[in-house]
Amino acid sequence: AEVEETLKRIQAHKGVIATMVINAEGIPIRTTLDNSTTVQYAGLLHQLTTKARSTVRDIDPQNDLTFLRIRSKKHEIMIAPDKEYLLIVIQNPCK
Amino acid sequence: MEIVYVYTRKRSQFGRPCSFSDRPAKVNVDIPPDPSMASSFILRNPVDSYVQHTSDMSEHEVNTERVEVESRGVNHVEGGWPKDINPQEAEQTIRFRKKVEKDENYINTIVHLGTLMEHCVKQNNAINIYEEYFGEEEMAEMEDEPPSAKTINVISKLTSFFDVLLSKRDPNVTKRTATHLSWHPDTSKKLAVAYSSLEFQQNMKDMSFDSYIWDLENPNKPELVLKPSSPLVTLEYNPKDSHLLVGGCYNGQMAYWDTRKGGLPVEVSTVEVSHRDPVYGAIWLQSKTGTECFSASTDGQVLWWDIRKLSEPTDSLVLDITRKGLLENALGAVTLEFEPTMPTKFMVGTEQGIVIACNRKAKTPPEKITSTYSGHIGPVYALARNPFYPKIFLTVGDWTARIWSEETKESSIMWTKYHLSYLTDGCWSTVKPAVFFTTRSDGTLDIWDFLFKQNDPSLSLKVCNEPLSSLRLQDNGCVVACGSKLGTVTLLEISSGLCTLQRNEKALATAMFERETKREKILEARRREMRLKERARSEGQEMEVEERPVENPQEVLNRARREFFEVIEAELQRRTRPETQCLHGKVLGTARTGNHGRDSLPWGGGQGSSSAFQVKDRVGDEAAAQGEESQLPKEKEEEEEEKDAA
Repeated sequence: AEVEETLKRIQAHKGVIATMVINAEGIPIRTTLDNSTTVQYAGLLHQLTTKARSTVRDIDPQNDLTFLRIRSKKHEIMIAPDKEYLLIVIQNPCK
Repeated sequence: MEIVYVYTRKRSQFGRPCSFSDRPAKVNVDIPPDPSMASSFILRNPVDSYVQHTSDMSEHEVNTERVEVESRGVNHVEGGWPKDINPQEAEQTIRFRKKVEKDENYINTIVHLGTLMEHCVKQNNAINIYEEYFGEEEMAEMEDEPPSAKTINVISKLTSFFDVLLSKRDPNVTKRTATHLSWHPDTSKKLAVAYSSLEFQQNMKDMSFDSYIWDLENPNKPELVLKPSSPLVTLEYNPKDSHLLVGGCYNGQMAYWDTRKGGLPVEVSTVEVSHRDPVYGAIWLQSKTGTECFSASTDGQVLWWDIRKLSEPTDSLVLDITRKGLLENALGAVTLEFEPTMPTKFMVGTEQGIVIACNRKAKTPPEKITSTYSGHIGPVYALARNPFYPKIFLTVGDWTARIWSEETKESSIMWTKYHLSYLTDGCWSTVKPAVFFTTRSDGTLDIWDFLFKQNDPSLSLKVCNEPLSSLRLQDNGCVVACGSKLGTVTLLEISSGLCTLQRNEKALATAMFERETKREKILEARRREMRLKERARSEGQEMEVEERPVENPQEVLNRARREFFEVIEAELQRRTRPETQCLHGKVLGTARTGNHGRDSLPWGGGQGSSSAFQVKDRVGDEAAAQGEESQLPKEKEEEEEEKDAA
């Protein structure tokens, strides 16, 4: 229930296009997009997050990745990683 | 001198073991010194001998194999599901998902991540960190950077491509000249190149006839191979429909392709009604159907075609400047020019150096040729109208490039200096009105900016070592493609200073062209006046001299020759007179005055005439020696008058 509420709140913010929850194996648990797009995002972003995390930890083993933002011409992809799950939000940040 | 010692042994004694024994030394040959030879010794002093000490070096070559890169896509398939769950089955996946969502860990994690995420989302909504902050400040207008250009791509015919196809043949594929280039009208990412060998009768048996369409993203392999029945000399995209291309062949036929239909021509014109020489120019016309084109060739004809029916031309014109329409008198056409804004007029550049302007809609064939401009000594290789001022056009031929105005027919209004190598092609820039490009047969590309500097090109780039044969500017004006004799096409991007329009440039260019046109008109008028005066005066003189009425041709010829040489002699003397006063011993005939176009002699304007001077000078000396001295002061007097009038 709280999960629902949280996700709904995030989705309601201005400019948010989509929200996704992916588990550690890349399986989409919760998504607001269609399946094929979700699968694509899941596969790609999961690998990217793993790479980013390993980069951060290589530089400083005490450090860890807390948040990842990819800003592109069209929108911004925000990834909040955890040990087991990944929360991905795609937002269009134009003012 | 041979020293021979003969040693004999019987055959039966071969193979016996040797027994060695000591013997005292014995003199075999004694050659005493010969004092008589001492006299043939030459003492050498000093003696040159050299010593060299360098480190040992060895030479190695390394050549990497060319890597072929291909773009491919990756297909994502859903994965990661645990073994027992089939991802296609909706029920199983839903069950799995529900199970996960019930997990406590999941709930905590999501709540935690959710707050983090919300913070960032709100941040984004609050400030857009990438917005334009200083948009009002304009960039400085002055371009101080020197003009430059850099090569962005080199497309050369891939010999390994051929090796794969023709593995049994000789790997040396005959290189053909890239004779014509045409950019794709819309995307400007594709380039059609026509390859053919323009050497007369040097076509090898294994030379392929193909021409290619290249995609710039992929310079290793052509996007489409066009296979005509004879090599293409010229190739053009249809500006309205970018799938159609028309090509003129080496044997005179015209063919057209549809890129959607593959590499073979959709239709080829019949041989009997086509040209009889290679088709050097083919351009699409503006028409409602978008299917009309016309072509020109060195057999002296210009033919109009409708590509839907290539079995016979719709119209034809014979380039005979005596306006009789005789094919024997016709001049061979080498380039063709057509401006879409003036659809009935077009221009042809000929092998003889004359540019003919024609009107298609004239009533009678003789009137089709409106005017001729002659100014080049060799074939006119390129002809282009200025996209900003349609009355001004550029011709490129022999060793110069000339700018003409349609109104002045006698000579060009501006020209470049004489180069050391032939100019092979030229075109105007599409963005700047006074910039044009020329290619030379020593492999150099010149960019001229006539507003800035008229003596030299603004930028001169050595593109390759072999002659450059064709040139084409992309529609945006920044990228230029040059084709060379060995088939390599090089793409260059020019610096922005040469391809962006400055604020007052158009006005300045207009002013410059008008000024030059006016100057030429004035010169023309003056020359005409002088000629009339000459004629009037010589008519007056005729009545005084007696033996005028009947003269056989030989005498006329002699008289003409005499007068001619006398004029030269007088001119040379006039030039060398002030010279000999100051510089003693200067060679006759190499004296130069600074004025080119203002000379009253009819052959003024150009450094090519200095050698003519020298040859005639010697002959003129002999002829003038026997000539009448009485005529000389009169000629000189005329010279002075003309000079005063000029």
